Amino acid sequence: MPEQTFIVNGKRVHVDVDDDVRLLWVLRDLLGITGPKYGCGINVCKACTSHINGKAFNPCAVPVGKLDEDDEVTTIEGLPREVPERKRGEHGLHPMQEAWLEQDVAQCGYCQPGQIMAAVALVRKVEREGGTITDADLDTIRNICRCGTYTRIREAIRDGAARM
Amino acid sequence: MPPSRDPQLDPTAQPGATPYALDRRRFVGYVLGGATLVAAADLVLVDVPRAAAQVPTGPQPAELYDLNDMLTDAARPTANLITVTINKDGTASFALPRAEVGQGITTSTAMLIAEELDLPVGKVRVSLAPARPELLFNQLTGGSNTTISTYTPIRVAAAVARAALLDAAAIVLGDTVANLTAKGGVVTAPGGGSVSYGELATRAARSGPSTREVQLKAQGDFAVVGRPTNRVDALAAVTGRKDFTTDLQVPGALPTMVCRAPTLNGTPVRVRNRRDVLRMLGVTHVVIVSTGVAVRARTFGQCIDAVRALDVVWKEGPVAGESDETILAELRAAQLPMPQLPDTPLSKTVSGDFTFFFRSNSAMDTNSAIADVRADRATIWSGLKSPIVAQQRIAERLGMAPDQVKVNVVTSGGSFGRRLFFDGALEAAEISQKMGKPVKLMWHRADDARVGRTHPMGTCRVQAQVVGQEVVAFNQSLTCVETDYRHGLGEIITSAAADLPAGVGNLGFAETIFALTQEVPYDFGVVTQTLVETDDRFNTGSMRNIYSPDVRVASELVVDKLAATMGLDPYQFRRKFQRNPRLLAVLDTVAQAGEWGRAMAPGTAQGIAIHKEYKGVSACLVEIDTRPATTGRRIRDAVTGPRVTRVTFAIDVGLAINPRGLEAQMQGGINDGIALALTSSLHLRDGHFLEASWDNYFYTRQWNTPPDVRVIVMPSQETSPGGAGEAGVAASFAAVACAYARATGTMPTEFPINHRTLSFKPKSYVPPIPQSPRNGLRHTY
Repeated sequence: MPEQTFIVNGKRVHVDVDDDVRLLWVLRDLLGITGPKYGCGINVCKACTSHINGKAFNPCAVPVGKLDEDDEVTTIEGLPREVPERKRGEHGLHPMQEAWLEQDVAQCGYCQPGQIMAAVALVRKVEREGGTITDADLDTIRNICRCGTYTRIREAIRDGAARM
Repeated sequence: MPPSRDPQLDPTAQPGATPYALDRRRFVGYVLGGATLVAAADLVLVDVPRAAAQVPTGPQPAELYDLNDMLTDAARPTANLITVTINKDGTASFALPRAEVGQGITTSTAMLIAEELDLPVGKVRVSLAPARPELLFNQLTGGSNTTISTYTPIRVAAAVARAALLDAAAIVLGDTVANLTAKGGVVTAPGGGSVSYGELATRAARSGPSTREVQLKAQGDFAVVGRPTNRVDALAAVTGRKDFTTDLQVPGALPTMVCRAPTLNGTPVRVRNRRDVLRMLGVTHVVIVSTGVAVRARTFGQCIDAVRALDVVWKEGPVAGESDETILAELRAAQLPMPQLPDTPLSKTVSGDFTFFFRSNSAMDTNSAIADVRADRATIWSGLKSPIVAQQRIAERLGMAPDQVKVNVVTSGGSFGRRLFFDGALEAAEISQKMGKPVKLMWHRADDARVGRTHPMGTCRVQAQVVGQEVVAFNQSLTCVETDYRHGLGEIITSAAADLPAGVGNLGFAETIFALTQEVPYDFGVVTQTLVETDDRFNTGSMRNIYSPDVRVASELVVDKLAATMGLDPYQFRRKFQRNPRLLAVLDTVAQAGEWGRAMAPGTAQGIAIHKEYKGVSACLVEIDTRPATTGRRIRDAVTGPRVTRVTFAIDVGLAINPRGLEAQMQGGINDGIALALTSSLHLRDGHFLEASWDNYFYTRQWNTPPDVRVIVMPSQETSPGGAGEAGVAASFAAVACAYARATGTMPTEFPINHRTLSFKPKSYVPPIPQSPRNGLRHTY
């Protein structure tokens, strides 16, 4: 069986598994990294949203064999590492996670790791394009929350963007 | 019928319902022996006053005695204990015999304990109790009843603990209890000496078991209850550390999935390629079970591959060949004739006839369970709202006694009614037994959407008779596919039925739930509401707020029609026929805060609606935009359509334990209401539901959700808490429907309004689940 090598949350990992197994299952079932959630397996619900080399992506739609050994995958567990220590908040977390706590966004919490990872990427994208978060930007988020805590998600992203 | 009595105003009424309640605030609890202090109370302690109002027209059953009264009363004969434990580290712990599914009851429970114990909320650890059969009917999470039924007993247990700690402190500090103050988990004497709860925990346990009378805090002294408080599990949720069933690591419990039949509830006959599938990478087991063919593998990805590769001969399910239209015809045939209203020259009949299609209560966290079944015992982990019934049914399936089956309750990623049942747990137990191995079963999203339980399809007819400026009669008749209550609520009803007030007792399960929840909250003369249920072939269950969303939409749309008939503004009409001061207050609040009657552009409109249930009242005012620029928005794999742009929602829930959590529940209910009105339903075609994912089943998304939402938690005169988890749905759904009718000039008669347009290409049935894409790296941002 091929050995897969890549970087997760700052640590290089080696896993023996077939190339075609999607990264979500390698993370969850083989590496025990359970922050990214399963919600559909077809890149629709976005509950598994994580970062690859700093950009948002969905590991349910990426065969592990497509990763290079220097690809850096960040899951919710490693998100605080994406900002320097001085940028982290009172809980030692990424500013978006701190905003999430402040706004008490989570209800059941299942989709929230993916929501936060998507929010961070959206804010960075809007900043790269020279803008600030608008309602129209927020309307483009595809992550589903079946508890319907969308109002607080929108508030937290604006708050988190200001903190970032 | 005589007018109802208010026990609070009636000097002959006895407050408190059990011998343990000495008066409204004094109760008896117990100190139990243990390594550290354990304080206990009967879970059946209740001091909830009956909801009862002076009403000019004959009261409906739900006004005198509602579903929550029944759920609370059902618990009375089970004199079993819940316990608060004080630990050596100064924390308190409590195992809540209910299920946390996102509704926030672990937080509100921690607040109640913190309040009576004078301990910071952060020092209270609330876990979920495993199935405790001795609690009988007292371990069901449903009907938005958790806080209503546990409000008093949890506080009593905490108060007993506090009293025992103070006794122990008096000895340590050499002073009398009366001189001591407890704050933040530390007891202080006037001289300045102090001792912490942690230091007292062992000492307080030494006196051994005793009975103790305690006085609960007066509401005016509350420092925690009523204060907006963030969730106790928020940090775990935002860091990925909050564990759901599939996140648990149980040794040997490998990923497991089930290959299901192409028609709903079809069953497997034989597998043509079992050996080939067993040879696939990672696959360890392939077995036939009652619901399909189960596969176990090293990863869920390999389970998906195996399920897709299976070649199975199926027996068709019981609804093979059926579609929306055939079921609708069946419902129409089952409808009872509406009562004939006298047609005199002075009277006018205003009516409505509405259809509500099947809807899904599928949560983000699909049906899942871990089962480790051995020869002589079994252990189950799953998100369960009726764990005792689950334990009994699983034991039956395995051929074991209930005490051989340990059922652990895990926090779930949403419920919306779905976790009242235990479909995943039962299936996992059967699979584990047949494979002889522990399994971690997860339903694929396609299974959860297509085979998981639904809100039944139904029709609702309304007729109202108007004479001049009065409504003299209001008839409403709901006809629907059967709602399944076999998760144990039925047993509660069986048990409690004899004690129900006259006229409510001898109804069937569904009829009882309907009678105990439904009201027409207006002064409309003679009011009749009836329910007919037909067809038990579908997988159904209570979906958040059960009958109320559909019943209230039908009512409120006809209310708007009545207002138009009388030439009255919808808000003024609702005021004129309102008999409940709490409802009047929430109605006036949303009208004012939401600027009822402000000028709106053509194609946009306001809608207003009210609801009364779970000992609370609510009102919702929405603004909707149905202009082409909005409805014509193009977003891939999505339904855009009309957009609700602004929502003002007011709720008087009685005593709000945690206003922050209550607001969250209302925000969620608003998005549910929008989905039910505009976008989300299941399509039944040729014996199966078409929807297999979130790009088929269109729950509210960011492009549908209102950019402007305001929830107002009303200060309440009520001293007891009401239910919160479901209270936001009905008024929201109704207000959106009313706004849509006013914006377009046409009253919608089918819900959701987009049901007749299929907005997606159905995924395959053989194989039953879609393959995961491989192009994810092309869509980074």
